[in-house]
Amino acid sequence: MDTFLQQLFNGLFLGAIYALIALGYTMVYGILRFINFAHGEVYMVGAYVAYFAASMLLPLFGAGWLAFLLLLIIAMLACALLGVGIEWTVYRPLRHRPRLTVLITAIGVSLFLQYGGQSWLGAAPRAFPTLLPKSTVSLGPVQATNLQIVVLVTTLVLMLALRFFVMKTKLGKAMRAVSHNVQAASLMGINNDRVISVTFAVGSALAAAAGVLYAINYPTINPLMGLMPGLKAFVAAVLGGIGNIPGAAVGGLVLGIVETFAGGSPLLSPYRDAIAFGLLVLLLLFKPGGLLGKATVEKV
Amino acid sequence: MTLAKILLTFGATALLFVTGCAKQAETDSDVIKIGQFASLTGGIASFGQSSDAGTTLAIEEINAAGGVLGKQIELITEDDRSTAGEPANVVRKLIHRDKVSAVLGQVASSMSIEAAPICQEAGIPMITPASTNPEVTEKGDFIFRICFIDPFQGKVMAKFAKENLGASKSAILTDVKQDYSVGLTKYFKETFEEIGGEVVAEQSFSSGDTDFKAQLTTIKAADPEVIFVPAYYTEAALIALQARELGIELPLCGGDGWDSPKLFEIAGKAVDGCYFSNHYSQEDPSEAVQDFIAKYKAKHNAVPDAMAALGYDSAYVLVDAIKRAGSTEPEALRDAIATTSGYKGVTGTITLDENRNASKPAVVLKIAGGKASYVATVAP
Repeated sequence: MDTFLQQLFNGLFLGAIYALIALGYTMVYGILRFINFAHGEVYMVGAYVAYFAASMLLPLFGAGWLAFLLLLIIAMLACALLGVGIEWTVYRPLRHRPRLTVLITAIGVSLFLQYGGQSWLGAAPRAFPTLLPKSTVSLGPVQATNLQIVVLVTTLVLMLALRFFVMKTKLGKAMRAVSHNVQAASLMGINNDRVISVTFAVGSALAAAAGVLYAINYPTINPLMGLMPGLKAFVAAVLGGIGNIPGAAVGGLVLGIVETFAGGSPLLSPYRDAIAFGLLVLLLLFKPGGLLGKATVEKV
Repeated sequence: MTLAKILLTFGATALLFVTGCAKQAETDSDVIKIGQFASLTGGIASFGQSSDAGTTLAIEEINAAGGVLGKQIELITEDDRSTAGEPANVVRKLIHRDKVSAVLGQVASSMSIEAAPICQEAGIPMITPASTNPEVTEKGDFIFRICFIDPFQGKVMAKFAKENLGASKSAILTDVKQDYSVGLTKYFKETFEEIGGEVVAEQSFSSGDTDFKAQLTTIKAADPEVIFVPAYYTEAALIALQARELGIELPLCGGDGWDSPKLFEIAGKAVDGCYFSNHYSQEDPSEAVQDFIAKYKAKHNAVPDAMAALGYDSAYVLVDAIKRAGSTEPEALRDAIATTSGYKGVTGTITLDENRNASKPAVVLKIAGGKASYVATVAP
């Protein structure tokens, strides 16, 4: 039982990070109906921004809450700009081209950032500095660290903030309107380009946050670090029903927990990733809309 | 200032001379070309950079002392970016385009296993400095190694865990993507069970993974007394960190794949009290070792790890064989390497057996305070 609870917590923690990344996929899909495959790389850039900013900030502030929050905000802002920049320079000129063109371009951007990163930043993994002093915490039978709790709390706060933003603000309402019907939204006087930019900014900022949270827990970063979590988060987004924001959160958590239980069982542990992706295949076979998504019929 | 200028001019002229000659090398060969492939970037870059630094140092010394057979040695190094598939490409390039006489490399066994058949087919001798998986030299009679092999290393750590640490129950966490790790796991388990120990949990992961909590939680539940982690340094460091986070305070044991400054940089205090087997200890007071460390420090401003020492030895063993063969003709060179006997290197006396492996003692190191210190030497 103790082991079960511990694994559940491990999975929850991993899932929280997947969920943060998955939110970006799902928001962009909800509005533009395409998968932004460069999203995993934005997450990587977020971790690197924090890494370089830390080398400047840590001598000034020392490790602690102030440094952590500052770095989190710096990484989120930098990646929000990056996301908007990518949309502006790469996706916007292709707005009225077939969706497949944009999708392939997204893969191009992803590879560009991966290999550009290897060339500019070096391919060797770097050790991420300590931002918050680590201590272990026992929650009943579950062993956790304060860092893991920081991750869970930050994720929760960011998700609630996103929920508030999408449901209660004017811009969020505009976002939902564009996601519902682009033409109708623009006829109602909504500036579609602005809504799309905001979507990219918010999604990329969340990915950056995930990158920083990941790096403080698994203190190595490298230019290819976004590849696997990016794919997993994509699976999580589809699992929850792509385009559906609460779905991405649920999908992330489910994936994290399934993966952890698979990784922890002696027979299945070599097949951990295969199980994560196998889950995607199964879900698409039996419930193509995702856990929280609605099945829709596409007219052709 | 003037001295520096003279040296610079001299160096530049020498460089011109070497490159100028390299063009004609295929016909009248005023230089001997030796190829090297290493992971200079990527996940196991620390290995490649160290072994390359060691090899370069050796070649520079040999050239400064007049080269071999009256010729200078040109070392051509290629980076395989720690990526499966690349060793085959770069070794083909070294053999067919650069026309090297012999190939040095690699540290990681999976990489050497990939390159070995290519060298064997082309009939070019290959010496791996540090690949310990037995399969490497089984690829053919042109493939050699100057380090011990995993059946021995696995046995050393199993005996050490049982006898020195007094553990009768062990858990193993294997990297299924690395032949090195799979091999070590097999031999550790065999010996540990043979001498009356019990393996209570076997878990696995793939190189590049960062989350090991699931596997470690299962291992913790099985209640072992020691955990054997035959992984490379990046993963080993993350495993140690996460084990401590889960409240596992047991000693972790590993192999030579742990030997990198990155291990301490990433894991910090988490690896304190852990043990790993290695090819040499920097604390060895012998003259050969201390001399090498001094020279290496002077050139690279760092303390050499085992990969650097093995890289250094591999170059010297090769050049020694070229000298004895009297030519770089592949078959003669192969036979000369095969008869290497009693060569006194930094990492011990190197004698190649009929399976083209070196039989050498291993050292066991204990980690404390960001440093590995000598515990014991185990002879084969």
